[in-house]
Amino acid sequence: MKLRAAVVFTVITMFLAACASGSPAPAESGGASAGAGGETVELTIESWRNDDLAVWEDTIIPAFEAANPNIKVTFSPTAPTEYNAALNSKLEGGSAGDLITCRPFDASLELFTAGHLASLNDLPGMENFGDVAKSAWITDDGADVFCVPMASVIHGFFYNADAMTEADEPTTWDQFYALLDHIKGLGTYTPLAMGTHDQWESATMGFQNIGPNYWKGEEGRQALIDGTAKFTDAPYVETWAQLAAWAPYLEDGYESVTYPDAQQLFASGQAAVYPAGSWDLAFFRENGPENLGWFGPPVVAEGDPCFISDHTDIAMGMNSATAHPDEAKTFLSWVASSEFAGLYSNALPGFFSLSDEPVTLEDPLAQEIVDMRSDCESTIRNSYQILSRGEPNLENELWAVSAGVINGAMTPEEAAQQVQEGLEAWYEPQQQ
Amino acid sequence: MAAPSAVAPGRRPRRFPWHIVVFLAPAVAVYTAFMVWPLIDTLRLSLFRLDEVGQTVFGGIDNYVRLLTDDRWSPRFWNAFQNNVVFFAIHMLVQNPIGLGLALLLTQRVLRGRAVYRALIFAPTVLSVVIIGFIWKLILSPLWGIARDGLQAVGLEDLFGPWLGVPDTALITVSLISVWQWVGIPMILFSTALLSISDEILEAARVDGAGKWHTFWSIQLPLILPTVGIVAVLTFVGNFNAFDLIYSVQGALAGPAFSTDILGTFFYRTFFGFQLQLGNPIMGATVAGMMFLIILFGVCLYLFGVQRRLVRYEA
Repeated sequence: MKLRAAVVFTVITMFLAACASGSPAPAESGGASAGAGGETVELTIESWRNDDLAVWEDTIIPAFEAANPNIKVTFSPTAPTEYNAALNSKLEGGSAGDLITCRPFDASLELFTAGHLASLNDLPGMENFGDVAKSAWITDDGADVFCVPMASVIHGFFYNADAMTEADEPTTWDQFYALLDHIKGLGTYTPLAMGTHDQWESATMGFQNIGPNYWKGEEGRQALIDGTAKFTDAPYVETWAQLAAWAPYLEDGYESVTYPDAQQLFASGQAAVYPAGSWDLAFFRENGPENLGWFGPPVVAEGDPCFISDHTDIAMGMNSATAHPDEAKTFLSWVASSEFAGLYSNALPGFFSLSDEPVTLEDPLAQEIVDMRSDCESTIRNSYQILSRGEPNLENELWAVSAGVINGAMTPEEAAQQVQEGLEAWYEPQQQ
Repeated sequence: MAAPSAVAPGRRPRRFPWHIVVFLAPAVAVYTAFMVWPLIDTLRLSLFRLDEVGQTVFGGIDNYVRLLTDDRWSPRFWNAFQNNVVFFAIHMLVQNPIGLGLALLLTQRVLRGRAVYRALIFAPTVLSVVIIGFIWKLILSPLWGIARDGLQAVGLEDLFGPWLGVPDTALITVSLISVWQWVGIPMILFSTALLSISDEILEAARVDGAGKWHTFWSIQLPLILPTVGIVAVLTFVGNFNAFDLIYSVQGALAGPAFSTDILGTFFYRTFFGFQLQLGNPIMGATVAGMMFLIILFGVCLYLFGVQRRLVRYEA
């Protein structure tokens, strides 16, 4: 099977006559220099977080190496969009690193089922994580945990505090649009900075950001999995209707504005509000705007209970084919420790540790974001668990229709219809 | 074992031509190992399916039937096929005529700096697709692209739109970017063919009173028809194998709303998976098999339908 996969992969590269751009990057040496006895052991981390290279190299890895002088760790990231495909090829080809950064849910579950990820049930430090934290990296029957949860990301909105004050922070949709109308009237700032070209922003920073308040977080998410709720139900159609209403406030030509474009637009101080994932905080701290504020997704009426997307996003597991399982486990235990939680959360403001151990955040805005956990109920993105296992893929559909709704290419009802039909095509609980 | 005495004096025995084998071997070995065998194995894989317990069992052409008729697969496949046809048509109608026009211009003896123009026009073909995609995304960006400013300068600002983000224009835009990148190839091929036409013929035509236009239609074009055919086939094969430019400009999901999805990107998502979509090697191999069949069909159509009927003139 390995050979065939390798061969098929080769044919693909040839067949497409694709340049180096299309094909996954060549594998780094997977800690090949096995040292006998007390010699230094090298571990390689596979990751899609190429933005975090400096943090790993300058902060996290030195802290670990100081305590474990005989283990040398290399952080070897791939571009986010290529990570899954590249990692699969490397694992099949036996050239993947010792430590694997885990995507949530099925992508990692499949790696575990295929025997590429080791079970971490008895890893010291695993007791620091609750069930919700582990939910994204556990088998369906709960028998095996295979990745150490690292962080979650929270959705909401950043705003440029030069364009509006804290008193303007909207809590309801009416206030939200009143604010945007006001800013649009001033003419100085683009009211809302987001593009639909890359499609995922529309689904992730749009649909999954504001939706939980409509479908009541976990309750609605579970109902979709049980088949008791449908995407054609009011909460989902209303969420898309809100997205459709954003269009007039977005920058000119938003249809072909990419994610980095929108980030730059907001960072350069030309926009007022930015639908965000908390991970953007690090970028904005570095590139501006100077005064940054945050508000959570609006609710329909003042006093409504609020729900936030507190998405289990990133974890780390062990390549079961590693030549150094003991050293890799030493590293993972350290990842599960409160020392790592503190280092990571503070080095990467906007990624929030899933550890039960208390972590103090130095960035006040990061603290403000994570404090939403105490006021609102947390949920995760509804397309991630189980529902994206079939064809057509639910997550891809959500990207396409959410962008389509904002572009005015389809109505909220049409979007709901298309997504529901796609899900019903293969998901049995939804077929009744 | 022929006895030496049986050989007539003055003639050597006819030995097996080992040198031919030796010279062919490297190419045959490399080509077989990296092209032929993997291709056959891919086609083989596409004839299998997974049973309930995850074992591969022989399924004949089930996968192809599924790809072409199943509601979950066929709309995406036909959408990608249709987009690919449009992609190809734009190259045939825009890239190749422009390539021919440039070749005619650049073979004019009176034009100065021909080598410079030729090098400049050819340059994009050797650039990385990633760079091409990045440059054009920047040029066309509604926020900071120079396309809008350029149109503004000539008073046509109203014509500007977020072309890459609108389903109606995205495919045409990406196709034209590809045309811009690859126009150097037909230009070079046509130039070479035009230069190989002997001056005597052209002079004779001039003496007979034929104008430039008449010379082109009656002499140059018929003489380079074989090259036109080769360019068409190269364009066809290249376009139906295309993937990289779409991937770098529009991403693997080939948005908006799959309007720039061609067979290559559809294959990539199916085989390798994308984001939460897990890879499906068997259906991926099936898509690859369809791409192979489409290209095979097109090339055969050309070989048997067109090339054999081409009259070759002594140039």
